[in-house]
Amino acid sequence: MMFVPGNNPGMMADAHIYGPDSIMLDLEDSVTMAEKDAARILVYNALKSIDYGGVEMVVRINPLSTPYGKKDVEAVVKAGVDVIRMPKTETAEEVKELEAEILKVEKEIGCEGRTKIMAAIESALGVVNAYAIATASPRMMGIALGAEDYSANLKTNRTPGGAELLLARESIVVAARAAGICCFDTVYSNLDDMESFRKEVELIKTLGFDGKSIINPRQIEIVNEVFTPSPKEIEKAMKIVAAIKEAQAKGSGVISVNGKMVDRPVVLRAERTIALAEAAGVLSKEDL
Amino acid sequence: MRNSKAITLEEAIHKSGLKDGMTISFHHHFRGGDKVVNMVVAKLAEMGFKNLHLAASSLSDVHAPLIEHIKAGVITKISTSGLRGELANEISHGLMEEPVVFRSHGGRGSAIASGELHIDVAFLGASSADELGNACGYSRSDNAKSICGSLGYALPDARYADHVIVITDDLVAYPNMPMSIAAADVESVVVVDSVGDSSKISAGAIRDSKNPRDILLAKQAAKVVINSGLFNDGFSIQTGTGGASLAVVKYIREEMLARGIKASFALGGITAHMVKLHEEGLIEKLIDVQSFDKVAAESIKTDPFHQEVSSVDYASGEHKGSAVHALDIVILSALEVDEDFNVNVLVGSDGIIRGAIGGHQDTAADSALSIIVCPLLRGRIPCVVPKVTTLITPGKSVDVVVTEYGIAVNPARPEVAERLSAAGLPVVDIHALSAKASSIIGTPDPLPFGKKVVGVVMNRDGSVLDKIFNI
Amino acid sequence: MELKEAIAGTLESGDIMVRIGPAQSGRTGLSIELDSSVAAQFGRQIKELIASTLEDLDIHNATVSATDKGALDCTIRARVTAAAVRATGKDVWK
Repeated sequence: MMFVPGNNPGMMADAHIYGPDSIMLDLEDSVTMAEKDAARILVYNALKSIDYGGVEMVVRINPLSTPYGKKDVEAVVKAGVDVIRMPKTETAEEVKELEAEILKVEKEIGCEGRTKIMAAIESALGVVNAYAIATASPRMMGIALGAEDYSANLKTNRTPGGAELLLARESIVVAARAAGICCFDTVYSNLDDMESFRKEVELIKTLGFDGKSIINPRQIEIVNEVFTPSPKEIEKAMKIVAAIKEAQAKGSGVISVNGKMVDRPVVLRAERTIALAEAAGVLSKEDL
Repeated sequence: MRNSKAITLEEAIHKSGLKDGMTISFHHHFRGGDKVVNMVVAKLAEMGFKNLHLAASSLSDVHAPLIEHIKAGVITKISTSGLRGELANEISHGLMEEPVVFRSHGGRGSAIASGELHIDVAFLGASSADELGNACGYSRSDNAKSICGSLGYALPDARYADHVIVITDDLVAYPNMPMSIAAADVESVVVVDSVGDSSKISAGAIRDSKNPRDILLAKQAAKVVINSGLFNDGFSIQTGTGGASLAVVKYIREEMLARGIKASFALGGITAHMVKLHEEGLIEKLIDVQSFDKVAAESIKTDPFHQEVSSVDYASGEHKGSAVHALDIVILSALEVDEDFNVNVLVGSDGIIRGAIGGHQDTAADSALSIIVCPLLRGRIPCVVPKVTTLITPGKSVDVVVTEYGIAVNPARPEVAERLSAAGLPVVDIHALSAKASSIIGTPDPLPFGKKVVGVVMNRDGSVLDKIFNI
Repeated sequence: MELKEAIAGTLESGDIMVRIGPAQSGRTGLSIELDSSVAAQFGRQIKELIASTLEDLDIHNATVSATDKGALDCTIRARVTAAAVRATGKDVWK
């Protein structure tokens, strides 16, 4: 998910050419108070006019407690956004409030249920309530960590290893998995240190995240490299899936690959590997 | 010393026998830092010359003072590879009665060698020279003031001009060795305070980019090179001056290391990137017609396998021995590419001249694979268009066009398209790119060109390719 | 509609800065001045787009001066709209 400032038309015009899985146009932190109105109108027009080639479009709105939040919802729902990202989410009630705002606009234009919600968790209270937030609405498609506000809220600092974020990251992954939705990690802002960025991406992949938020197209390749399964992993996964198909055809209960018994978690992991490979474009349907 | 040829500029001009209406020539190795053209033409104006033909290897922003000399009738004709800045602007608006003649570097070399472009007096800046005229683009003395590296574009002038005046800012003891321009070709030597500002040889068109779009284009172009079928041990390569085509070298290097592949030579304008690969042993030899930065200029001075080459031996289409005939891959930029793969690198989409042919025509025509790297859009300016504003490099010499919205392959090269598709690269039809551009930016209004011809574009074989009209 | 002087947009590449004010005294209609980096190819179309955007917002008398840095149509529409919202003090675009 690539962050793009919502008041920068030059960057918004071709953000999709870098191949991000989703683009998040930001109306919140990257836009000054004086430009909130202009950015909202700009994002509205961009969503309506620019062909982003099927990339999932997310808009981060201002909190509903500010004078801008409800206007943001109205504009981006009318423009047909895929996902609204709610910043600084702390409770399930806030998600429900956003859901009600979205529904109001959707009813007005006759597209009820179209807009999904992603909640950014950026405080200790949000982390504690992560599961409640993740299950607050059928529109919830994912939860994401916002590390800057979170670490400030914890009264600590960001460190290179990210020890301060460990519980939050794990809580968010667990909550998302329990709720059956996606989870996304926070941004990494030092563009000059690609090696540390790679380490962080490797860490969050191990923790179970579905993706990483990025602030510059230069970061995309590394995320894709880390998340794309290796040819070896793909081969193994395909063998497992093929063995299952064969076993099912024979009506056999026990499956083994290379002499090892394959149980359900192994099958699920193999299926996920294949799905990731397909998403990364290294495996096509014909290969299966 | 005895037989010294060192005299003042004015004496040298008198001695040359220069008359009104004659042709004078210059090189552009100091690029944006050149001081010779303005200095000499100012002196010629002061001495009352009129109606001269200025035949430079190229001209840039720094040559804006020529506007006044054109208005005063000192210069009435120009031949060059390119024009930029205010001079280009004025000429595009119709400053001159006679059209500017644009030639590629190889085309200029051929035209000088064949006598089609006859030079009466050549004024050739050099970073060092002795009193007999042995000159080169660097200096080994303690008083070195400037450095430009290769003098490749000046060598045909030195050899074929009727009269050669070397202008230097570092007069060194005889013999100045090794030399690029030999004393036998030189009539006079003029010592001045400065021939050029070396810090500006990499200014202008050459940039090292952090722009994410340039990086994306460079990575895609590198993948094209790697999967072209020509990326084998002993391959040869040339890159142009755009931010993206320079950055390609960085990504090719990584793959060369990974596969243990070495290049036999790199050709053309040589950059610090190329020098680095050469010093790492990844490129065996550098053939240098023009040093694109100070690192390259220093390298030609010290490295025996970094060889200077004249524009004739670099890129002439007529001379079978020229290096472009041995070139595998060239990576070039473009202002516009059209649906027939024709390329424009000279005239902006506003109709104003803002570039140079350089070696574009030559390398595209004679290399085994020519790759054009350009964004589909520069702001609201389309770079893939139905028809180029001005034809510079004919589409039949262009093989691959790399944009951020996909890679188009000339239908004449189906085997290349097949290899790139097999490698998973997004190969698209050039018409689809052109259509994509107009779907984003709309259809531009036609440019309001006038009826006066302000420029003539020559093909490298001496035929006329296109005309540029006033705007 | 009553107009104050208002500006929207920036001078960044790909953007357009639009200044809207009341029509000059004694004049009616839209007076549009445009300085554009792509004037030769798109100047006419950009002026038409500015005019039609304002007409759609029910603004028929105004002075507009715009400095364009190669903005796409959707950006031009957005910046004209934002300037109009600021000039009228109303969310006229809905």
